[in-house]
Parts: sequence; C-alpha cells; structure tokens
Amino acid sequence: MKILVCISKTPDTTAKIAFTDNNTKFATEGVQWIINPYDEWYALVRAIELKEKDPSTIIHLVTVGSADAEPIIRKALALGGDEAIRINSDSSDSYTIAYQIAEIARQGAYDLIFTGKETIDYNGSSIGGMLAELLDIPFVSLATKFELNGTAATINREIEGGEETCEANLPLVVSCQKGMAEQRIPNMKGIMSARTKPLKVTEPVAVEALTSVASFELPPAKAGVKLVDAENVAELVRLLKEEAKVI
Amino acid sequence: MSVLIFIDQSEGRIKKTSYEALTYGAKVAEQIGTEAIGVLLGTSSDELAALGKYGVKKIHHVADANLNHLDAQAYAAVLAEIATNLGAAVIVVSNNLTGKAVAPRLSARLKAGLVSGANALPDTSNGFTVRKGVFSGKGYAHISIHTPVKIIALSPNSYETRSGEGTAEVVPATTAAVASKVKVVSTQKITGQVPLSEAERVVSGGRGLKGPENWGMIEELAGLLDAGTACSRAVADAHWRPHHEHVGQTGGSIAPNLYLAIGISGAIQHLAGVNRSKVIVVINKDPEAPFFKAADYGIVGDAFDVVPKMIAEVKKLKGI
Ligand SMILES: Cc1cc2nc3c(=O)[nH]c(=O)nc-3n(C[C@H](O)[C@H](O)[C@H](O)COP(=O)(O)OP(=O)(O)OC[C@H]3O[C@@H](n4cnc5c(N)ncnc54)[C@H](O)[C@@H]3O)c2cc1C
Repeated sequence: MKILVCISKTPDTTAKIAFTDNNTKFATEGVQWIINPYDEWYALVRAIELKEKDPSTIIHLVTVGSADAEPIIRKALALGGDEAIRINSDSSDSYTIAYQIAEIARQGAYDLIFTGKETIDYNGSSIGGMLAELLDIPFVSLATKFELNGTAATINREIEGGEETCEANLPLVVSCQKGMAEQRIPNMKGIMSARTKPLKVTEPVAVEALTSVASFELPPAKAGVKLVDAENVAELVRLLKEEAKVI
Repeated sequence: MSVLIFIDQSEGRIKKTSYEALTYGAKVAEQIGTEAIGVLLGTSSDELAALGKYGVKKIHHVADANLNHLDAQAYAAVLAEIATNLGAAVIVVSNNLTGKAVAPRLSARLKAGLVSGANALPDTSNGFTVRKGVFSGKGYAHISIHTPVKIIALSPNSYETRSGEGTAEVVPATTAAVASKVKVVSTQKITGQVPLSEAERVVSGGRGLKGPENWGMIEELAGLLDAGTACSRAVADAHWRPHHEHVGQTGGSIAPNLYLAIGISGAIQHLAGVNRSKVIVVINKDPEAPFFKAADYGIVGDAFDVVPKMIAEVKKLKGI
C-alpha cells in the first residue's frame, strides 16, 4: 500500500501575527516555523501507525513550498515516512496547491492520501476536497478515526453534535483531526535517519490561480475587560443580560 | 444569472447554519442585482416554502434519499450540475462540517474560486473580494476571486439571520443519478446537549476545575443558559472531558455569542479557537491570567465560589 501525507509549513502556534508591505504580506521576521499540527499529530502519525501494522506500506510526504520548507519536511521525516517530495512553489491559492499535489498523486498511484483538517495559517480546509475532486476519488473530511481492512476503510467523521461511522473503499482522500492519533516526539534514530531519506524537488506545473490575497488586516482590539467583584455575581448576570444581551 | 445557496440538512431537518447562508445569499443577490435560489439535497420533513422568509424566491429540491447522507463527491456533482443549469454567478454554502467537505470539491469541479470561512459580505466595488479569518482568529484576509463563478463558504455564526415575509416556490429537481461511494453505517450523537458547532452560548472549563467530578456545576450552568460545553486541551488530554469538547488551535474553533471560560488560563493556543466569540467572560482566581486581556467581562475569584452563585442568579432571572 502507498500512502501520501500532505505536509504544510505554518507559523508556530505562539507566533505574533503582523503584516507588512502595506498589509499585503505576513511579517515573517522572527517567526518560528512548525509542521502544521493537524498534518503532524494526526495525518502523519496515523500513517506511521498503519505502516507499523503493515511494514510493506510505503509513506511519501509531499509539501508545496519554497526551499525554506525543507527543515520542516526533514522534521516530518524524523517522525516517519520513506521519502519526501517538495514541489517548488510558494503559491497561497488552495486550488494551485491542490493541483500540484494532484499531479504528484497521479504519478505515484497512491491508495490513500491524508491531509490535516486545515492549516493554522490560512484556515482553508480546502486542499483535501479539491485534491479528491481533481483525482475523482471519494473524500472523507474531519476524520477522528481510521481503520483499514484490505482496501475497505472504516472511518469516523465529525458531524454536528457527534460523529458518524462510514465505509469507503480505497483510493481515498481523508482529512484528519483530533482522535486519529496521538502526538509523537521524534527520537534520535528518527532524526539521524531523516537526514539521509530522499527529498525530491520538482517544479510546479502551469495552472492559473483562482484566488489571491488582496490584503490582510488585524481584527479590532478588544475594549478591555470590565471586572465585576466576586461578591457581586448578580451584577455580572445583569450585565450579560442588559448590556451584552447574550443571556 | 443567480446566487445559489446550498441548504444543508441533517436527518431531514434544515440546519441553523443554513438560515445564515440563506440570509447572506439573499443579501449578495440584492447587492449584485439578481435573484437568490436555494437548493436542498435529500428528503426533508421541514416546510421548505417557509424558507422564503430568508429572502429566497425559489428552492430547487432534489428529493433523492440517496443524498440524505453526506458524500462530498455526490453532493458536489449534483450541485455543480444545478449551478451550471441555473447560470449561478455566486454559490453560497455554510462553512460548517458539510460545507468544509463540499465547497472545495465544488470549487475544483467548476474551477470557481472559493473563499472558505468568509465573515463579511463581498466587496464588489473593484472586482470581487471577500473577507475571511486567517491565522486562527488572529487576522483577517481579503481574498479576491478571479473566476466568473464564485463560491463563498460562510463561517458559522458570523452573519446574523434575518427573516421577513415571503414564501419560496419549491421546484422539484432531478439530476443524473450519482451513486454515493461513502456509506454511513452508524451515527453517534450526543443527546441532550447543544452541539458545540451550533451553540450560541458556550460554557467552558479548564484545569482550574481540578477534576472531572467537578463538572456538574458546569453542566448545570450550561443547561440553564441553553449553552454547549467545551474545555481546554489540558482537560481533554487528561480525559476529564471527551475530545470533541476540546477547543483551541488544535481542537474545535467556535464563535458563539457568549463564551464563558472558567478556570482556563487563556493560553494563546486556547484563544485561537475562541477569540472570534462575540462576548468573552472569564472566571479565574488569578488576576494575572492572560485570558483577562482577551475578555469583555471577568470575575477574579474561585470558580467553586463564583459558579454556584452564578447558577443561583441565573435561576432567579429565569424565575426558577
Ligand atoms: C502546539 C500547541 C497546541 C495547543 N493547542 C491547544 C488548544 O487547541 N486548546 C487549548 O486549550 N490548549 C492548547 N494548547 C495548550 C495550552 O498552551 C495550555 O497549556 C492549555 O490551554 C492550558 O489549559 P488550562 O487553561 O485548562 O490549564 P492551566 O494553564 O493549568 O490553567 C488553569 C487556570 O485555572 C485557574 N484556576 C485554578 N484554580 C482555580 C479556581 N479554583 N477557580 C478559578 N480559577 C482557577 C488558574 O489560575 C489558571 O489560570 C496547545 C499547546 C501547544 C504547545
């Protein structure tokens, strides 16, 4: 079986968000970069678990990004996976990114493609669905559990107010979230072996972007907290009813 | 030309987020000078004509029981066909759990630019630009769509439902049969609780509550406020509460009208999932807790003292 795991580089969860160039660019100065947590903790680790159960499984990682995404992909390889592919494009248009990955996916004839449920920077949750459509295969989104029996997958996905269990056959695209697997820390052996794992770089194919970022903006700042004395809880309830009108 | 709005249902009942999408879509139609048309897939027990009060004149209903459960592939195929037939210029879906599965597929199928998580009406003064949340609530981006057909996935609880007079004409629609390749075998719903993704109010607990045995007062307060319950990651990781309650950067992302945080420090990763809430109330015994900086109202105090008092006050208010 061949699994493709989509990996994205995102700012660290504590990164300060600011914009430059007349609010058209994210200010990257001083920003630490990490593997998008959903890609790492859930998609990648679940793929690794599937390989641990069936060692004949091959895992490839793919990222669409410029050369500065390489430390991130090496970090991912330290957790697991056999080789990685970097598509040399820094597009932020979801369709363009999905289109590039679809190209790689077709060449590699993968049985299963995992993505994280969304990236923590653009919060698009779009790549998995677009990719599945471009490949004309089913897409199960927001999965919390994934089991495989031959080519038949049983998947739990989130629905409003609960979960549902579905069945689908490979090939499939699945977007992963909490529940799929538990976060892992790479060990020394993983870090050493990641250095020598193949990392192929390919050039993007031509495709027209459907969208672009016109500008960024910071949300309006809060006015400041109104503190109520702990001995006067009635006042808080009154404020919530009469001033904020939320209860 | 038209604005097509996808109406999402679960077990035949229209979801609340669909009312938001309908209201928003009708407004977009007005803005660009065209009509708003709804489309519903699957059988429904709700009175569809009544949805006209949200501003749609027509609803195309594909009453095919094969479409009762979400299969993004089948949904996107059917919606694409209808959108093409109706010459839809804009397609509006809620960016709820169904929308997150369907909108991207539809976008790729129609080569129509998608803005997912939109939280304002489009700006059509110069091209077509839609604002959305980025960096997990820490920023907004204005995204320009360059394609003739545009898809907007509207962030839940970001556009207020408005209803007036009017009924919609319900038009039975058929499309080429699409066999679903994803089979739903069972559903596990948490009963007796407001689903977090639809809750207008949320009561949330953190490690300050000391242990799972102390959640009785959280649930009681949530029940009184008709609120959903949530928790911090620390709490979900300790298995004090189920995983689906975990909100934050790596859990669920919510934007209720009221978020009441009890015994939660307000770490930046926690805030990322809740900072779009309209009103944030914090109860924490540490006056230095970072959460107070993101709050609208707060009480510095012990949760075990404040929450029971709050329960009593809300009961008083409700005449219980
Ligand atoms: C990559 C990454 C991703 C993360 N993602 C998330 C996420 O998605 N969601 C999330 O929540 N966290 C996330 N975290 C963890 C986050 O950094 C915090 O550790 C976590 O939110 C802390 O949970 P807490 O506030 O419940 O606990 P604590 O930080 O232990 O805070 C407990 C609070 O309760 C108060 N308290 C104690 N006793 C009482 C009392 N009797 N009455 C009133 N108040 C009291 C204390 O003053 C304190 O402020 C993430 C961390 C990382 C590194």
